Amino acid sequence: MLQINNLHANVGDKPILKGLTLSLNAGEIHAIMGPNGAGKSTLGYVLSGRPGYEVTEGSVTFNGQDLLALEPHERAAAGLFLGFQYPVEIPGVSNVQFLREALNAQRKYRGEAPLTGGEFLKVAREQAGALGMDMDMLKRPVNVGFSGGEKKRNEMVQMGIIDPALAILDETDSGLDIDALRTVGDGINRIMRKPDKAVLLITHYQRLLDYVKPDFVHVLADGRITRTGGADLALELERDGYKELAA
Amino acid sequence: MSAPTRHNEAWRYSDIAAVEAAWPLPAPERIIVPAGGTFARTIIQDSGLIHQLDIAIGKGATAAIHVLNIGGEYGRVELNVTLHEKADFTLGAVQIGGATQTLEVITTVTHAEPGATSSQIVRSVLAGTATGTYLGKVAVARDAQQTDSVQSVKAMLLDRSATANAKPELEIYADDVKCAHGCAIGELDAMGLFYLQARGITPAEAKKLMLQAFVAGVFEGAADEEALTEAALAKLGDLV
Repeated sequence: MLQINNLHANVGDKPILKGLTLSLNAGEIHAIMGPNGAGKSTLGYVLSGRPGYEVTEGSVTFNGQDLLALEPHERAAAGLFLGFQYPVEIPGVSNVQFLREALNAQRKYRGEAPLTGGEFLKVAREQAGALGMDMDMLKRPVNVGFSGGEKKRNEMVQMGIIDPALAILDETDSGLDIDALRTVGDGINRIMRKPDKAVLLITHYQRLLDYVKPDFVHVLADGRITRTGGADLALELERDGYKELAA
Repeated sequence: MSAPTRHNEAWRYSDIAAVEAAWPLPAPERIIVPAGGTFARTIIQDSGLIHQLDIAIGKGATAAIHVLNIGGEYGRVELNVTLHEKADFTLGAVQIGGATQTLEVITTVTHAEPGATSSQIVRSVLAGTATGTYLGKVAVARDAQQTDSVQSVKAMLLDRSATANAKPELEIYADDVKCAHGCAIGELDAMGLFYLQARGITPAEAKKLMLQAFVAGVFEGAADEEALTEAALAKLGDLV
């Protein structure tokens, strides 16, 4: 589904990714772990096309398409979803309006008919309900006044509504208490654990992986994957730290 | 009287050539709101005109003006308002300009007697090399105690080449008054735009959505709120 080959990327003039190679197949959940500053969030931003994150070498193919040639909104319509580490507040724009416009923009791009207000609300209600978010919150401006945990939960509601093929989840576990972590973990499994989907979980800690079992765990250090293993590798990292294993 | 020049503060940022072409101006429209009365007016400036209104608001009366300043090379809405005892004045103005447009809202609000309230909200969205100006003077007379006035002025620049001028100005001779004024000029939040696009919204729609939020609320309470909002959105759609 996703092939990243020898990816180099700069933020400003500073090289952050330095030859990252990684391949995800449909049906797989991969976790990327690594110390602060290794380039984990940069990878998420480069894959989703954030301005200012410049690819200097390498290639990324997503379902046979050159991902890097697409604009951010086209990548979303092609099935890529980035769960933000710090979801952005958009004052004055309601969640419902935002998500309906987003979903229908994607459908339009793919040549599908837009959902009516009623159809959309049905989907939104289902997804919000499954993640324990009430409809009042969906009517509020996007992320404004939400706690850290509510913002992350809102990211998962969005993922449920948009139903992407590939989710890159950037520290979705940070800022969550234990109950919220379980809710979010269940959400990831319910929405994304499917034979035609894949997930790239970016995380510092092993704890999310107790709920979402990865098929592969990668260590990202200094802009490259330095080690790859199974779910056990996360436990090893938790025990021994990155220093030992990343080298 | 000859046409004003840039030395005249109230015309300092104007399109002087356009002003000269329109000179001499007809006398301002005079509106007198009698004591206890109510007055409301919507001005959609979409053809490049200079609107001048003198409004006197009588004791306990209210006047609400809603302005959408969007059309022509040069558009100006100038309000000269006098408030008598416990009168109330509300202005909600949106100006949206692109290309080489010059748009301005100029107000002088005089609290002549005690206990009057005034509220002015002005939002400008400017692209290209457009210029948007708000010059707003609030004058409080010596006896006009318990005056309560608010000016909230914000401008959003879509291009670095656009210009916003904002000058909320206070001239207060009374000592028991509340005069709030705030002014901000900025650009659309880049991270917000990326967030919307990362969810599949096109760059133009993302900008439009954020700008819609920026001008939202200004037309609240206007009789033709929907028509105003629709016209504003159409103009925003042209700019992004």
